[in-house]
Amino acid sequence: MIDFFNKFFRPLPPSGATAKERLRLVLLSDHLSLAPDVVESLKRDLLAVISRYVEIDPAHADVTFERRDHDVAMLASIPITGVRRPGYDESPEPTPPPAPRPVRYDASSASAPASGGVAVATKAQAPSAPVSMELPMAAEPAPAPPVAVVPSGSDETPPKSAATSAAHRRRRRRRKANAAAKRNAQAQDDPPMNASAQA
Amino acid sequence: MMEAFEQPAESPEAVRPLGRAIVITSGKGGVGKTTTTANVGTALAARGAKVVLVDADVGLRNLDIVLGLESRVKFHLLDVLEEKATLDEALIRDKRSESLYLLAAAQTREKEDVDTGLMKALVETLRARFDYVLIDCPAGIEMGFKNAVAGAQHAIIVCTPEVSAVRDADRVVGLLPNDWRPELIVNRLRPLLVKKGKMLSVDDVNGILRLPLLGVIADEPNVIVATNRGEPLALDALSETGAAYRAIAAKIAGEDVPAPEVRPASTGIFSKLGSLFGKRG
Amino acid sequence: MSGRRIVVTSGKGGVGKTTTTVNVGAALAKRGHRVVLVDTDIGLRNLDLVLGVEKRIVFDIVEVIEGRCQLRQALIKDKRFESLSMLPAAQTREKEAVTEEQMKAVIVELAESADFVLIDCPAGIEHGFRSAVAGASEAIVVTTPEVSAIRDADRVVGKLHALRMPMRVIVNRVRPDMVRSGEMMSVDDVCDILSAELLGIVPDDEEVIDTTNRGEPIVLDDSKRLATIYDKIARRLGGELVPFSNLDEPGFFGRLKTLWKVG
Repeated sequence: MIDFFNKFFRPLPPSGATAKERLRLVLLSDHLSLAPDVVESLKRDLLAVISRYVEIDPAHADVTFERRDHDVAMLASIPITGVRRPGYDESPEPTPPPAPRPVRYDASSASAPASGGVAVATKAQAPSAPVSMELPMAAEPAPAPPVAVVPSGSDETPPKSAATSAAHRRRRRRRKANAAAKRNAQAQDDPPMNASAQA
Repeated sequence: MMEAFEQPAESPEAVRPLGRAIVITSGKGGVGKTTTTANVGTALAARGAKVVLVDADVGLRNLDIVLGLESRVKFHLLDVLEEKATLDEALIRDKRSESLYLLAAAQTREKEDVDTGLMKALVETLRARFDYVLIDCPAGIEMGFKNAVAGAQHAIIVCTPEVSAVRDADRVVGLLPNDWRPELIVNRLRPLLVKKGKMLSVDDVNGILRLPLLGVIADEPNVIVATNRGEPLALDALSETGAAYRAIAAKIAGEDVPAPEVRPASTGIFSKLGSLFGKRG
Repeated sequence: MSGRRIVVTSGKGGVGKTTTTVNVGAALAKRGHRVVLVDTDIGLRNLDLVLGVEKRIVFDIVEVIEGRCQLRQALIKDKRFESLSMLPAAQTREKEAVTEEQMKAVIVELAESADFVLIDCPAGIEHGFRSAVAGASEAIVVTTPEVSAIRDADRVVGKLHALRMPMRVIVNRVRPDMVRSGEMMSVDDVCDILSAELLGIVPDDEEVIDTTNRGEPIVLDDSKRLATIYDKIARRLGGELVPFSNLDEPGFFGRLKTLWKVG
């Protein structure tokens, strides 16, 4: 009798199916929290894959699982420190051309520029914006979902034509020279008294 | 160490009378402790009381799933005790009742990880914030039981009309502090079987346990359905079981509720119970 | 060759471990096997009650382990099944009174002169569970088609997996009418979720309460439906391939229909 009233006033899907689905999710969540070694391996592999595309800060990377109403999601927060580009082994950011500097030769003040008027090239630092990814988890092992990585920093694309390739090679040579100069300058304790200016 | 438990700065909390901390226990597993905790808590909250339900079954938590809150558990009891989370971060508000909260158990830890002293302190803190602190006790009489009892001042014994359950309940009553006066809920009664003499009656059960009777709940298949859905029957206006739990809540709140209906006692095969237990003085 | 040591466990309390231990044990003994039932629920013993031998307890497992009596002195021989005996738990002690190694030693010794040692495990996954499992080489996981029971069984299955212990599942208290109406998970659902092999399906039966109250294993009465089912489980344990009962048989359903009459 009671069942009749219940069904009449509250027509709901059979509870067995609801129960099975709830159990599936709760057990998925339980299993993940019970397998810290699996989570560690997952994190390691994830970071390895991502670092093929971007430079990351693994020490501050965080991978957690969040139980939501209808699924379990993996949340990864991974600080990105730079963007890798195929074919380059240094920062892709081009150095600005050296600013012309007045050279002052003043015996009384030792304020001559340390590197002889050449602007010191520094490696461009992308702000360490963490990348957040949300990946809903299926109960059965599914193929790895595509990773959407949003790099922070500039938006340059690799060169496509031969002419631009030559330009890039020139820039690369200049960058190497600047970097070498910087290393030389930093090796010296005192600025040279007789720094020769470069035009 | 107490910082994590300190109340928020709303001063009205500080002057409210301390709430009652009640442990729901049984000894025997599977007699309905968790279902009772969820339903009595829901019914008390429906009356406007501020209620917190504490799942003390570390490692095998189920209070969350009975309430349908399993997807909302972020922090749990041990996180609070170990100061990895604040109480406010761990307390989960019920989906339906505004004044009902859950403090879930840890799923991947062990009962032995709970420090009894800390548990006691936590219950004290909860009493300052809630009218009722209901503690769902795990089966058994080991560490889990001891920790669930710590900090409580009152117990509800849940017992089914079966010899094993009665025996275990009797054992548990003996382990509670002497000055407590635990009350009894007889769960899963099947009046038809009692009439046929195939099941213990409420009198048979309480003839052994000799406790004030808080309520009697008949066996109802809807309990399974309710757990399947995560919707306690106390919310179901048409459910007999729900009504029984609501009556129990009213009684706990001090209302004058008519004594639960006690079916005519059966005799004969249960005389052996007397010899089993002896009469407790 | 020493006997098989099987732990009957569940995680969740009250799903029927003790009833299963008694009835499967009795069914095995009925088939002529030498069976010993061991109650490891120290402090909350109930195997004696369900088997109906509670008045004959003299010594218990803790006294055996503490050397205050011989193992054979503590064993209680069942009067109805010739090759069935049981070792009771202590009632006034705690599970911590016995270590895993001590429990294992007793069970291994029992297995030397038995075909089957069935270990009735306490609820939970703490020390009592670990001790009971320590003595076993295989497991029967008992569960009901209910959310909490399956969740706890899953935890136990995980622990048994980690120990590489072979296990099979008995799904207890199935209500075919509720399964049919979709208000209860099916046996298939349960085995699916647990990823475990099925050993038996036991329907909910009011007779169980009665026989437990009397301390008379249901398998004593061949006419009872559950007696046949427990016998099938015993045969499967022995390695036979026995088909599962069709719970939709008219007689079955008809009898179960009367369970929920308002009284």
